[in-house]
Amino acid sequence: MTDSPADDLKNSDVKHSPLHAVHEQAGASFTDFAGWLMPVRYSSDLAEHHAVRTAAGIFDISHMAEILVEGPAAAAFLDFALAGKLSAVTITQAKYSLLLDPSGGIIDDLVAYRFGDDSFLVVANAGNRYAVFEALSHRAAGFDVVVTDASDGYALIAVQGPRSREILEATDGITDLGKPLADLKYYWSTDAFFDGIPLLIGRTGYTGEDGFELYLGADSAERLWAALTTAGERYGLVPAGLASRDTLRLEAGMPLYGHELGLDTQPVQAGLGRVVNLTKEGDFVGRQSIERGPGDDARVLVGLVAEGKRAGRAGYPVFAGDTEVGIITSGALSPTLGHPIAMAYVDAGSSEPGTELQIDVRGSRVAASVVPIPFYKRENTNG
Amino acid sequence: MADAKQLQYTREHEWVLVDGSVATVGITAYAAEKLGDIVFVDLPQAGSTVAEGKVVGEIESTKSVGELFAPVNGTVVASNEAVVASPELVNSDPFGEGWLIKVEFTELPELLSFDEYSALTGE
Repeated sequence: MTDSPADDLKNSDVKHSPLHAVHEQAGASFTDFAGWLMPVRYSSDLAEHHAVRTAAGIFDISHMAEILVEGPAAAAFLDFALAGKLSAVTITQAKYSLLLDPSGGIIDDLVAYRFGDDSFLVVANAGNRYAVFEALSHRAAGFDVVVTDASDGYALIAVQGPRSREILEATDGITDLGKPLADLKYYWSTDAFFDGIPLLIGRTGYTGEDGFELYLGADSAERLWAALTTAGERYGLVPAGLASRDTLRLEAGMPLYGHELGLDTQPVQAGLGRVVNLTKEGDFVGRQSIERGPGDDARVLVGLVAEGKRAGRAGYPVFAGDTEVGIITSGALSPTLGHPIAMAYVDAGSSEPGTELQIDVRGSRVAASVVPIPFYKRENTNG
Repeated sequence: MADAKQLQYTREHEWVLVDGSVATVGITAYAAEKLGDIVFVDLPQAGSTVAEGKVVGEIESTKSVGELFAPVNGTVVASNEAVVASPELVNSDPFGEGWLIKVEFTELPELLSFDEYSALTGE
């Protein structure tokens, strides 16, 4: 047999997370992800997935890029550079946004945290680090603002799952929270300290569960990881790799850059029309193209569900009768739901929920129905 | 569980246990580990004819799809229904209860020894 995932890279150019030694010690398998050697799993993808749904998982996502935007014009600059209205974001609030190119295509999806009147942290996908930094730097011309790529200095740890808050509250060394975690709403953040080192805690994530993302200096990452895992033991916290992160985000209907999002995709096609603020004053990059729209024949992102166990996967064509009407961008046998799920771009005429389509799974047809995204929604939307 | 050192191997990360004219075939622990949690297995039915090197089945994990190649020419005499019902057996016991098919053959091709296969995987 052969397996399709990339074998571990022996490439010396590959980047290592500040937590690499911890993962090796924990027996992780690694995969190349956007030039980083990151844990794909520690023991079992499914066990890690279920732990996040029922208890909690801890992820190293230090490969993500952290870009600082600072200066008196920071908010006005981001209103111009990004699709959202960042000037309307309250200090300590976070906002999911998009970096568009002039044609309305997506350079990256990202999260911006507002630290102060004049400072933001923009968190981008690892694979788009340089594209985002270059675009922001280029667009900063004429604004009184400084754009800094601070990625190498940061570690980023995500704790995700229904027990996450209890785990953070029980973690030794996390002190001086600006706001108690119980009062921290989804997509808000607080500053704190970990053993005297500045720590940023956002109630954000990429799993569809309650959870937090913790940013701190790379030098302190190992100690924070150890403190979190020690505190989390009695809550069922397990280390979780990128394999489970992918099935978790897919169930939650969250797009992945390079799969659901790309330069050839306008936000409205991906169901992200609400992320683009057309009512904000002034111009922003991509505005004209977005106002024109992607064209009537543009494909749109839909959810597909099927029976049985054979999952459609990225790149598999989707048919209505004999006509190819779309292509899958992400798909898997859903660990939580027990049946195959997929996200796919399909022709507008095949996009209504309830439409019966077929997926070509390596030469044989599997019946699938169009459903609304997300596939999975947690019951308790606390925070 | 069969002793891994007594088995023969293919470059496609399959193991072969020869008993008379019947070869029992499975995937190696290395392959199962690389695939991750296996959630679906599609095997050829008993009675079907298989040709060496041709794809005869599929092994899917949450992350990816692996193909099962026939390591010999012959006729499938059994496929493991327990694995179809519980694909996780391939992860938990790849050299034992996770076997996939039994093929009756007339001639055995050249296969890898344990040492040769270990050299291939570097483990």
